Amino acid sequence: MTVEYRDVCYRIGDRMILDHLNLRVEEGETLVLLGRSGSGKTTALKMANSLISSTSGTVLVDGKPTTGWDPVRLRRSIGYVIQDVGLFPHYTVQRNVGLVPELEGWPADRIAARTEELLDKVGLDPGLYGPRYPRQLSGGQRQRVGVARALAADPSLLLFDEPFGALDPVTRVELQRQFLELRRTFGKTSLFVTHDVHEALKLGSRIALLSEGRLVQDLPPAEFLKSSHPEARAFLECLN
Amino acid sequence: MRPGLFDELLELTLDHIWLCSLAMLFAVLIAVPLGILISRRVSLQAPVLAFANVLQTIPSLALFGFLIPIPVIGGIGRRTAIVALILFALLPILRNTVVGIQSVDAAVRESALAMGLSPWQLLTMVELPLSVRSILTGIRIATVTTIGTATIAAAIGGGGLGVFIFRGVASVDTTLILAGAVPAALLALAADWGLGWIEQKLSPFSS
Ligand SMILES: Nc1ncnc2c1ncn2[C@@H]1O[C@H](COP(=O)(O)OP(=O)(O)OP(=O)(O)O)[C@@H](O)[C@H]1O
Ligand SMILES: [Mg+2]
Repeated sequence: MTVEYRDVCYRIGDRMILDHLNLRVEEGETLVLLGRSGSGKTTALKMANSLISSTSGTVLVDGKPTTGWDPVRLRRSIGYVIQDVGLFPHYTVQRNVGLVPELEGWPADRIAARTEELLDKVGLDPGLYGPRYPRQLSGGQRQRVGVARALAADPSLLLFDEPFGALDPVTRVELQRQFLELRRTFGKTSLFVTHDVHEALKLGSRIALLSEGRLVQDLPPAEFLKSSHPEARAFLECLN
Repeated sequence: MRPGLFDELLELTLDHIWLCSLAMLFAVLIAVPLGILISRRVSLQAPVLAFANVLQTIPSLALFGFLIPIPVIGGIGRRTAIVALILFALLPILRNTVVGIQSVDAAVRESALAMGLSPWQLLTMVELPLSVRSILTGIRIATVTTIGTATIAAAIGGGGLGVFIFRGVASVDTTLILAGAVPAALLALAADWGLGWIEQKLSPFSS
């Protein structure tokens, strides 16, 4: 799947949250949205699965404006890791992970196998954590369940909103490694939000830098490192 | 014990239970869907809750009286009594349905939509299971109040344990008043306990 932002603005009152965003995510690419807190990253992401509608401009998914999609169909084909995780508190971990397959009517044994595989992949013992409820997990564990849930029904587009934010550095590196592996094997299109420049350089095939709702840089990591834009420099200075 | 008192007590108690159950059934059937509706239409929320609030502040005897001259639902008798009891029971159920649905974590609601739940699935798979406890609390409060208020239904010929109370007051017979009041109080306690138990059982996860 491809995603394209065409002259997208988002306004709340007279505040410009997104200011004429033009951006294209190609098939198989991992575009990292980098920016400070409040720069509009989450807002841009939520437009791709139609959780937010732009004030003006068009967001196209697979070449079709999101307004022309059936929102339920659109969202079922997109895996979304929300910044606040948002697991269902009344579902066990395994049922949370198997949610979209369940909605899609997969047979129970296939859901169970898939759930187990994914929990394993994000480093949670399925036998131990599967039957638990979200409130019985740590913040980092919940976040990993959120990642597993997003991947469950094999979506063709992935939206990640700071998915590794609450993790310890060791698990974080481990999940980043798995993310890269996933990308290598499946080549899924992803939009990945972070404010960690390390993570951006490591995971992105391209880095789009947002500053106060405006796209100020859009470069592959190697070129981003050499950027002379003041906002890019500000981020790169965090590297030392 | 006076002859025949026990038989009449049994009959009036069952009558009372029937009266309250019928009123509560209709109150739930009206208030829960209405609560769901106004939790989605914020503009309707204030007026609907205000209206239910006003209904509840009308002194119960007066409301019974107001209904008598109204055609179809009014008149002397059981139907009017049930209508009045329904009106009184609406507010707690309505309010608790709205509160329950609105207290669902915004992140949970958002992720549900992002996973591609339809609005109906959002309601039945997420919002209702997570607010079932709050709704049941509303139903319990309404039931307990209804059992008490229903004793006044006898004033307009609605039957129930109030028959004893009114007869007792008229003839200054304390035994008769107690024969109406004590079973009514016990019924209220039993309902409170029983519904409280169901609340515990049905809550999506015991906390
Ligand atoms: N519902 C809203 N009402 C008012 N302002 C909002 C709303 N949602 C977002 N904003 C504002 O829009 C701006 C962009 O928010 P957004 O969530 O996209 O930032 P972000 O880049 O994801 O930040 P963070 O890294 O902290 O998650 C912020 O200044 C925020 O205060
Ligand atoms: Mg954000």
